Amino acid sequence: MSGELSGQVAIVTGGASGIGAASAALLAAAGAAVVVADLNAAKDGIGRFVRHDVTAEESWQALLADVLEREGRLDIMINNAGISGGAGSVESTDVETWQRVQAVNAEGVFLGCKYAIQGMKRTGPDKSTSKGSIVNISSVAGLQAGAGSIAYTASKGAVRLLSKSVALYCAEQKYDIRCNAVHPGGVDTPIFDLLWQFMGRDQGKAMIDKRHPIGRMAEPGEIGEVVLWLASDRSSFVTGAEIAADGGITTGLMRRQPFVAS
Amino acid sequence: MSRLEGKVVLISGGASGIGAATARLVVRQGGQAVLADRDEAKGRALADELGDGALFTALDVADETSWTKAVAATVETFGGLHGLLNAAGVGVRNSIEDCSLAEFRRVNDINGLGTFLGCKAAIPAMKQAGGGSIVNISSVLGLRGASYAMAYCASKGAVRLLTKHVALHCAQMKYNIRCNSVHPGYIDTPMIAPRLDQSIGNMSGRQWLEELHPLGRLGRAEEVAHMILFLLSDESSFSTGSEFVCDGGLTA
Ligand SMILES: NC(=O)c1ccc[n+]([C@@H]2O[C@H](COP(=O)([O-])OP(=O)(O)OC[C@H]3O[C@@H](n4cnc5c(N)ncnc54)[C@H](O)[C@@H]3O)[C@@H](O)[C@H]2O)c1
Ligand SMILES: NC(=O)c1ccc[n+]([C@@H]2O[C@H](COP(=O)([O-])OP(=O)(O)OC[C@H]3O[C@@H](n4cnc5c(N)ncnc54)[C@H](O)[C@@H]3O)[C@@H](O)[C@H]2O)c1
Repeated sequence: MSGELSGQVAIVTGGASGIGAASAALLAAAGAAVVVADLNAAKDGIGRFVRHDVTAEESWQALLADVLEREGRLDIMINNAGISGGAGSVESTDVETWQRVQAVNAEGVFLGCKYAIQGMKRTGPDKSTSKGSIVNISSVAGLQAGAGSIAYTASKGAVRLLSKSVALYCAEQKYDIRCNAVHPGGVDTPIFDLLWQFMGRDQGKAMIDKRHPIGRMAEPGEIGEVVLWLASDRSSFVTGAEIAADGGITTGLMRRQPFVAS
Repeated sequence: MSRLEGKVVLISGGASGIGAATARLVVRQGGQAVLADRDEAKGRALADELGDGALFTALDVADETSWTKAVAATVETFGGLHGLLNAAGVGVRNSIEDCSLAEFRRVNDINGLGTFLGCKAAIPAMKQAGGGSIVNISSVLGLRGASYAMAYCASKGAVRLLTKHVALHCAQMKYNIRCNSVHPGYIDTPMIAPRLDQSIGNMSGRQWLEELHPLGRLGRAEEVAHMILFLLSDESSFSTGSEFVCDGGLTA
């Protein structure tokens, strides 16, 4: 397929579901060869599936080696895999939950950036130069609290800042690798399955819809479009940025309610 | 001089730098300070110097039982807990390429997990006392990135946001506990001492860091301590979930 991204190779972690799957589809439609790296494959998933656990460094080593061997290069890294970790408050969250959420959402993104750079350093025209775009999925919970557990909000705050550190580092090293964070508002994906079970899909969705000034949650593809833009050269002057795609949540004063009456 | 009269403040990292400067100020303002640190020698020496208003207790912020003991020692000695300063922290230089997973975890365990555990351990005692104020030290590197501070930026970004969570949670639960973050620029403490003597181009590390700040100098631990004092005291009773910057204009 020819397109804006033809000849480029993208990895999407957590690409079997939700925002990751929508991003993978858009990247593929733009011509990129997409590798979906997830714990589990999707039915009829986009691209080539590789079983991958973002929390395990050996898994990253194997994934990168595999992609460089099969696809031969790496241009785009979408660090999207994430878990909500439930609705824990500062009082109810235990150390195990904290560590599990940080391991996926923060350490997973750290490792994703680290191995992406290794791959992208070999990607330039003569394999001695480097080029690429890293997109990390944070959340409105990385901009302000009140939209998730303490472990989740802390992990997304970590992603917000580590993305800036990576952006500056790559700029200083003259790598031509950009790194940005996307901060979605509520997106209708299976990440909400637990909440839907708890309060019913219709009622739950209505509650989350209402929190957005524009009155509704996003469809995964609306975040995928932001990811695509950041992945492509159209955003060539954007690095270290925080891109909110949140239906206006962080624009004004947010009326916060506890997710679950505890 | 009694802005903290009757208030008991637990200070992680109280043996050195910003934590130690805050401990001095707390005692001078009529409060009681519990210096909780893994550096026993320095912590005990300062507690002795500060006299009856101060206590040292050993603490490893990354260990949950250690926090339980520190809070229990505080309540046992001084009868309650009204303030918590999470100042224990480590400053580590690393980039995305040279930071190992083990190092990432070590920094985040002290700066991130340690702050979470401090808040969690303090809340029950503060509820008992009828309310309180928690102050978490993030950094300008919790507001902006630095290429040379990968794991540190991540940990301070976590502190910035977990602070907002704690503020909202306590407000919703009507605990009368506030929680704010402080974001210092470069402060002249033992943490940055190793960097001051290095040379960067034709500048000393000290000069290089000084010139980063519009005010043209490093901050002093006492200057940050004064901001923390305000947040610990009832003077700041309408501030919660906020970011207090003390950086000589660095992020302006
Ligand atoms: N849905 C929202 O409202 C929303 C809002 C803001 C941010 N986000 C973030 O967007 C990202 C994607 O979320 P989503 O809503 O599409 O969720 P989702 O649950 O639909 O998809 C997440 C995917 O990540 C995978 N995954 C989980 N742990 C993994 C691991 N250790 N290794 C590899 N893959 C793993 C899952 O298998 C799943 O396919 C997450 O980082 C999430 O925090 C979501
Ligand atoms: N100095 C600066 O330029 C600067 C700038 C921004 C933020 N900060 C932050 O301010 C806080 C205080 O830093 P400082 O400059 O006073 O540093 P410091 O090194 O003088 O003091 C830090 C103290 O924390 C203690 N500590 C470290 N790990 C610990 C652990 N696991 N358990 C218990 N105690 C532990 C140390 O023993 C030390 O006494 C830190 O969180 C730091 O990240 C400092």
